[in-house]
Amino acid sequence: MNVPTMADMMAQGKQPEVLFWVGAAGSYDDRAKKISRAFVKILHQANVDFAVLGTEETSTGDAAKRAGNEFLFQMQAMMNIEVLNGYEIKKIVTCDPHSFNTLKNEYPSLGGKYEVYHHTQFIQNLISEGRLNIDNTSLKGKRVTFHDPCYLGRANEVYESPRDLIRRLGVNLTEMKRHKETALCCGAGGAQMFKDAEPGNKEVNVLRTEDALKTNPNIIATGCPYCNTMMTDGIKFKEKEAEVVVKDIAELIAEANNL
Amino acid sequence: MQYLTNIFFIIALIAGIGFFVMNIKKLSRNIKLGKDVNRTDRKSERLKNMMMIALGQSKMVKRPFSGFLHIIVYVGFIIINIEVLEIIIDGIFGTHRIFLGVLGDAFYGFLIGTFEILAALVFVAVVIFWLRRNVSNIKRFLSKEMKGWPKNDGNYILYFEMVLMTLFLVMNATDPTFQQAGIGNPISQFITPLFDGFSADTIHAIERTAWWIHILGILVFLNYLYYSKHLHILLAFPNTYFANLNPKGQFNNLESVTNEVKLMMDPDADPYAMPEEGAEETVPEKFGASDVTDLNWVQLLNAYTCTECGRCTSSCPANLTGKKLSPRKIMMDTRDRLEEVGRNIDTNNGVFVDDNKQLLNDYISPEELWACTSCNACVEECPVNIDPLSIIMDMRRYLVMEQSAAPQELNMMMTNVENNGAPWQYNQQDRLNWANEE
Ligand code: SF4
Ligand code: SF4
Repeated sequence: MNVPTMADMMAQGKQPEVLFWVGAAGSYDDRAKKISRAFVKILHQANVDFAVLGTEETSTGDAAKRAGNEFLFQMQAMMNIEVLNGYEIKKIVTCDPHSFNTLKNEYPSLGGKYEVYHHTQFIQNLISEGRLNIDNTSLKGKRVTFHDPCYLGRANEVYESPRDLIRRLGVNLTEMKRHKETALCCGAGGAQMFKDAEPGNKEVNVLRTEDALKTNPNIIATGCPYCNTMMTDGIKFKEKEAEVVVKDIAELIAEANNL
Repeated sequence: MQYLTNIFFIIALIAGIGFFVMNIKKLSRNIKLGKDVNRTDRKSERLKNMMMIALGQSKMVKRPFSGFLHIIVYVGFIIINIEVLEIIIDGIFGTHRIFLGVLGDAFYGFLIGTFEILAALVFVAVVIFWLRRNVSNIKRFLSKEMKGWPKNDGNYILYFEMVLMTLFLVMNATDPTFQQAGIGNPISQFITPLFDGFSADTIHAIERTAWWIHILGILVFLNYLYYSKHLHILLAFPNTYFANLNPKGQFNNLESVTNEVKLMMDPDADPYAMPEEGAEETVPEKFGASDVTDLNWVQLLNAYTCTECGRCTSSCPANLTGKKLSPRKIMMDTRDRLEEVGRNIDTNNGVFVDDNKQLLNDYISPEELWACTSCNACVEECPVNIDPLSIIMDMRRYLVMEQSAAPQELNMMMTNVENNGAPWQYNQQDRLNWANEE
């Protein structure tokens, strides 16, 4: 698929409307790569002039920061800021709430000031600007529950954008008992994704999957590649793969629009 | 002889308030042991938070049942304390119900009547609280960290309140002139018959005793605060005022690190440069926190404000899945250690003498710290805006940057970030491959 890089743009003397920050998961993780592609399809459909950094993109340092390694985080941040500022980037969109949070909140005081959007916010804007329509028939009647990613929800109080998009799909949005401010973490945050859990009596992702299963969903919608992994593993653990799928909102929209 | 009681009253009052002031000074000294952090910006927003969250209890009612009961106790307790003003004036000048003459029958009756109803409601609410803590199986009251003193503390506060409310009502019930006037006694009139058949002298003695125990009890309670989780009735106000206003996902960027990273990345910097004149003496700043004095004063204020309600812990994903981490325990440990440091300073004439202990390991184990998902559920839940997560993060920073003591898998992740620009071992050159797969 056509994914222009900033270097290409620069060579042609062009400045895109927005930079798509893909993130490590979206670039390398097989499951998350599908989310990146789904989002790009949506960008294409809405004729958004975008670019990625490609091989010039590197870890935001978010995971290192949550693990306590402030040095590594700031090294990564300063490297990224140098590249981003070099390309005079103003606007960034990302499918990863962790990148979203750190770029939006933690980069500014290090010299990186950008307008940062989570992809659900960005898509919502495309719709309100009349640049994109969502087909509300193909998924009609499906039961969908949305798992709030901590770094989108509590961390940045974005609760409505993903829900608004889900409602536009014509599906039946059912809420888990713990949702929005009281949502339970999927277990991946704070660098937990990269290590085994401490001794306990259950895995966090299993507990959260149980929350979701109580709503009898056909689809568990997420807005974060790490939540996606965690919930997918939870569904496997519960042996519910036949009945329930875990999908990013971008994938649902791409599916609804036959992209 | 008559003046003797007045003098005794004044001495008790001065002693009670004096001791309280002394404790508050100690409290503020201990809080100031923390590092500086600027929380003087955005004043109107801070004021609004304080009015909504501390005064208006807006976060308490997120759990409606306990929130509602808490509001009764809170409002009741504060309003009834207006009565204490009268007691103090009466006590100093040897008057009796001085406000009756000043305010007139109707208004005085209305006030005391309201107090009586509130006192009865507070009593009932406190009994329910006691049952919740001691009889029903509410998990957050049964955790490990709630054994011993914290459990007793919770109950002592409830007993105090039960006794004070009872004394207030008995005091009114055994005041014959007050009862005969028939104003402001909606509850106590039903208690009066209990004393039927007692001699006038006995009834008067009971009234005086109730009056005295009531005011002395209040003075004792005031001084009990410093040792108790009940300190929150005062500290909830500054704590909500000075709380973090940034998005919860925004962690601070350590400035000391920024300076070093800038130096490292600056191609013109001379790594062998001599330190500037006079700079030799400066001890390099410690990264992160291993003891309470490495935390900032807002974090220490948080520790004193914690009500030990456990709402944080009951929403913590790590705790809910059986891990050792409990954000409430993080706050209780911080307070306990800070108290220990404070006592150390007191016994050593104002200087801290190393006691070979610190918050890390002696109170909080790395296992607890590493179980945190940084999900902010604890911060969101806390009814008085405490931030246990910031303490966890500062301590992780110490573990990683000062001790290189991260779990092995995290070290691998960090090595990958450093070498490949991603937490996994992939080649940087393959970063755009996703676009051409499928
Ligand atoms: S931020 Fe950490 S301590 Fe707080 S609730 Fe989440 S996992 Fe528990
Ligand atoms: S930190 Fe807040 S929520 Fe947790 S026990 Fe203390 S007061 Fe309650």
